[in-house]
Amino acid sequence: MLFARDRVRRRGEGRYQVRLRPNERALVEDLVGQLREQLVASTDDPSVRRLFPPAYPNDAERDAGYQVLTRDELLEQRLAALDVVERTLDGGDLDIAEMTAWMGTLNSLRLVLGTRLDVDEELPDLDPDDPQAPAYAVYEYLGWLLSQVVDALGSDLPPPSADTTRL
Amino acid sequence: MPIAGPPLQVAPVETDQPVGDTDVDPDRPWVVIVWNDPINLMSYVTYVLQKLFGYPFEVAEKLMLQVHYEGRAVVSNGPREKAELDVFRLHEHGLWATMQQD
Repeated sequence: MLFARDRVRRRGEGRYQVRLRPNERALVEDLVGQLREQLVASTDDPSVRRLFPPAYPNDAERDAGYQVLTRDELLEQRLAALDVVERTLDGGDLDIAEMTAWMGTLNSLRLVLGTRLDVDEELPDLDPDDPQAPAYAVYEYLGWLLSQVVDALGSDLPPPSADTTRL
Repeated sequence: MPIAGPPLQVAPVETDQPVGDTDVDPDRPWVVIVWNDPINLMSYVTYVLQKLFGYPFEVAEKLMLQVHYEGRAVVSNGPREKAELDVFRLHEHGLWATMQQD
């Protein structure tokens, strides 16, 4: 594996830390800035459409209603999460809400980048000189980081509460 | 052949009733479906299903695997308002979720 040491630590119940190397911090900051620009410009742009899926794919009228109800809130949440990540890039202590904002942001970045690359489940074995190699490397890096965040947050899930008999 | 239901053939009737609502039975429950996509991490999908629906890890993982291998899974169900809220919460987490009447 390319990345030898973990970046995300759980430092007790509901307390976390994300410690990035300077080049990674610069990368994440750059990606966050790009995503904010795209989101503010338009949520209908194909580059970010994946973040606003249809609820009723076979009912245009109902889906339009759903989009009216939800689009702004989804957008506000995503922008707020980007702000949290930007504000906490320095590696200080994070609470569960901040760690969740990191999770959401890393996942949004992967969705946008993965959609642009039109990724498959199996990633291609690219030549390092391939023009798409850097984007794939970033995509893999984000997945590596995200899986660490998921592991950390998974340790703090409340006990199961659902009635699963109807599933 | 269902026992209950409208007759198979009826002559068209002129009415002033609203058109365009495709609900045959508004009380029929809705199902929330998560669709496979090549981007969301398996561990992430499992975590989200645990978090949003309170499922035990084993149930969430089974649903995630169903999404992965069969292309889709029903993750919750209920009246339309509840289903729509569930879809919204899944969209908040970047999952590809839709809803339809069962």
